[in-house]
Amino acid sequence: MTKDEIRKTALDILAGIAPEADFAALGDEDELREVLDLDSMDFLNFVTGLHEATGAEIPEADYRDLSTLQGVVDYLKAAGA
Amino acid sequence: MSDFTMPSLGADMESGKLVEWMVKPGDTVHQGDTVAVVETQKGAIEVEIFEDGTVSELVAKEGETVPVGGVLAHVRTAGDKTPAAAPATAAPAPVEASPAPASPAPPAPRPAPAAFARTGRVKVSPAARRLAAEIGIDPEGLIGTGVDGSVSLADVELARSRGTKAAPAPSARRTGFDPAEMRKAIAAAMARSKREIPHYYLASTIDMEPALAWLAAYNEGRPPTERMLAAVLTLKATALALREHGQFNGFWQDGQFQPGKGIHVGWAIALRGGGLVSPAIHDADGLSLPELMDVLRDLVARARSGRLRGSEIMDPTMTVTSLGEQGADSVMGVIYPPQVAILGFGRIVERPWVVDGQVVPRRLTQLSLAADHRASDGHAGGRLLSTIEQLLLEPEKL
Repeated sequence: MTKDEIRKTALDILAGIAPEADFAALGDEDELREVLDLDSMDFLNFVTGLHEATGAEIPEADYRDLSTLQGVVDYLKAAGA
Repeated sequence: MSDFTMPSLGADMESGKLVEWMVKPGDTVHQGDTVAVVETQKGAIEVEIFEDGTVSELVAKEGETVPVGGVLAHVRTAGDKTPAAAPATAAPAPVEASPAPASPAPPAPRPAPAAFARTGRVKVSPAARRLAAEIGIDPEGLIGTGVDGSVSLADVELARSRGTKAAPAPSARRTGFDPAEMRKAIAAAMARSKREIPHYYLASTIDMEPALAWLAAYNEGRPPTERMLAAVLTLKATALALREHGQFNGFWQDGQFQPGKGIHVGWAIALRGGGLVSPAIHDADGLSLPELMDVLRDLVARARSGRLRGSEIMDPTMTVTSLGEQGADSVMGVIYPPQVAILGFGRIVERPWVVDGQVVPRRLTQLSLAADHRASDGHAGGRLLSTIEQLLLEPEKL
């Protein structure tokens, strides 16, 4: 996947979790949990969606790398997605 | 013959609007089947039937507002000796009422599941429902290709790529809930609580380190779909503690405490757009941790998409509110009447803590109890908190 494809995949999953959010206003460095008001169940659903879309394992210890959209793209690219 | 009536889906509910029938006359129903969708202040609720039988007549029409206790349908039960029962059993209501055309119909693009799409309720996967809501498509107007004809994410994606724009979803069940109506329901229940219930409050700080360490070890090496959340541990510890402290599990009714039949923990779920619901996790004390996780995941998804069941709204015997990672350190809850207690778990924070004479960083949570002083005293409340703490210190036993 290209970085753009990963980004779009992540945004699609987030749109399903936070359908009311204004994604046009979401910056690449914004804290996803805070800006989108994600609770731990939402975040687990996000990780599950990324896992299913890319095959990446995403262990819990790596969750901190997924705090921003940029972080998600960089992490999944490095994970071989 | 028995009557299927409008249930009371909240302390202050007087009537409900029947939005949709999920059965038709002649259908066989079993205890626990969802048979109708009723619109309440808490959103659309799927209402179950509590006996086995055959639907003989739908009395209320879709769109009709019916008072609590009003007859919605007549149901022929096993004990009935009406002659009509014979043919009904001989021809078990054709679930797939697709009229088989005599002349060969032109092949539909996706033939098989179309039959499902025409018979009553269309199943839509949660992910498909979310995407459909987001892009403004009515998912129930699509042809499902998923398991048993359900509308899957792929079907919605396909509809989007084809530029499908179905009519705006008309019924309340798809929009979930009306925030203004939910506000009214919360206002009524909470005002009644503060008017009638003499609350007392207790709080303890609990060391979550053992539970979180156990959880991290459990989750390591498991795919995200099998991982659990800390909430599952606090939920199970609460349910087990209620076994020992039954005076917090039940209702204040008719001037006295009535113990709950089973431990049905109400789990407070914040809804996007405001408001909250606290549906029951039935018999939570008897479920394993992975089972509880599955139930919780399903419950949160359905609460947010407006697909809760009547029993989940009616049955909680005590409520737990968990503030989550973005929340505050502690909460002093307001009891949902006629329940007699609400427990609150604050955000988990790392703080200095003394263990064996050493100051060490530990992850802690503030556990609080608001309880009805008519039903219990502070001494008993303190013992409830202490039991929960002990259970969380030995997570492997949960």
